[in-house]
Amino acid sequence: MNESTDKPIDLRKIVAVWLVLSVIGVLAMVFGLGPHMPPGADTAQAKSQRDANIIIAAILTPITIGLFVYFGYALTTFRQRGEVIEDGPPIHGDSQLQGTWVIGTIMIVLFLAAYGTYALFATESSASGAGGGQGPELISAAPSGALEVQVVAQQWQFTFRYPQYGGFETTELVLPAGRTVVFHVTSLDVIHGFWAYQLGVKIDAVPGTDNVADVTPHKIGTFSVHCAELCGVWHGSMASTGHVVSSSRFATWIGQQQASLAPVTKLLPPYHSIYFPDPVVRAG
Amino acid sequence: MLIAGTAISIALIGWYILSWVVSFPPTVRASTSGGTASVTFQTVAAFGHQPHPDWVSYLVQNSQGKWVHSTVVQVPANSTVKITIMNYDGASGLRNPFWARPRGVVGGVEYVDGKALNVANPDEASHTFAIPDMGVSVEVPGVTDTAPNQCSTTPCQTSMAHRTITFTIRTGKPGHYRWQCFVPCAAGTQNGFGGPMQTVGWMDGYLNVT
Repeated sequence: MNESTDKPIDLRKIVAVWLVLSVIGVLAMVFGLGPHMPPGADTAQAKSQRDANIIIAAILTPITIGLFVYFGYALTTFRQRGEVIEDGPPIHGDSQLQGTWVIGTIMIVLFLAAYGTYALFATESSASGAGGGQGPELISAAPSGALEVQVVAQQWQFTFRYPQYGGFETTELVLPAGRTVVFHVTSLDVIHGFWAYQLGVKIDAVPGTDNVADVTPHKIGTFSVHCAELCGVWHGSMASTGHVVSSSRFATWIGQQQASLAPVTKLLPPYHSIYFPDPVVRAG
Repeated sequence: MLIAGTAISIALIGWYILSWVVSFPPTVRASTSGGTASVTFQTVAAFGHQPHPDWVSYLVQNSQGKWVHSTVVQVPANSTVKITIMNYDGASGLRNPFWARPRGVVGGVEYVDGKALNVANPDEASHTFAIPDMGVSVEVPGVTDTAPNQCSTTPCQTSMAHRTITFTIRTGKPGHYRWQCFVPCAAGTQNGFGGPMQTVGWMDGYLNVT
């Protein structure tokens, strides 16, 4: 066999198979699996994250297929069939291959960085918006009339304060559909993570810190809330279910909570962005 | 050498797993009478015995009246459970006063030394008894620092200074429900959140509903 004439033939076969499978794979990934990718599309933020997952998967698909095609071709075509096993010819630098690899990798990384930056800063009106979550200010101002909800994390349960409604605190997270919600997330003890999965909201809960993010839930129903930072023995159980309800049901719920929680609301400290208590007396 | 090293490694791993298994606290069944189950705990500032004599802890009374160092309790499903906590520990206060209100208990009240409360004093809290997945949370007030005849080791006697907290809950479907304390009461650990606050058998446990 003539190595110099076989190499382009092998390469052409590999590329042909790779191209066909990549087209099929990318289409299947984008239009088949894509709509089912997490975290869904219940909010603009969640949809933005799902789109990012689809794009990353679409980029990874041809790369993965290329690896498997080459691996499969090498296994079937270049395998030893009883001959004496000898080392292959030494391979010296292939500047074309190296250049393609380096430039391709750089382009992918730069594209993802640019896309991620766009998705982070885009506003919800452009059907994106990540909302922030890593500081006391939103990336862009929330619309007037937004509902403020403070998420108070503590080992091992989330509680929620509604400062615009007398500052009551509850273990239930209920949000009105169609109204922007601004989450203020803090912790009373260790670092937790407030992860409202279907809303596409994930914010660190850090003691002494007010991390803020906004979201507008539209779909009436439930969403799951989990702690996303390993926070102790019951971290895995630190979860609850949130509810998105109609405006009228939300108003009714607010009234019920204000009345039933009145005895303990008066004991709560005034609403503040953080509650970093004095050292516990006996804990020293 | 390789075989010996492997054998030693396997033995050490086996010893670790076995010690973890045997150290898990035993399950104590609630006593039942007239369709109502009853569980009695005591809470102490310091266990007083090995392996952690200075750790704060719960103990539970078994059906023979003996105090068992455990926080794993078995109660019947879909039934009424009366819980009594005799607290021999001092007060350190709630970090979040929200937990001062009894939640998930029959009648919305807890009884502290026989007095019904729909909200307790958060500054008097020593511990809480909370089952988050059942929506239960009850503040456990502590004894005052100046109270005479304070208990220093377990089991504490009822003649010693203590507060008695009682409340009733309704269990639902079978399952394993974790319970915990919301007061960072682990003296000597960072911010009071380590050691017994992170260990089943001390300030964390399971309510096994069967």
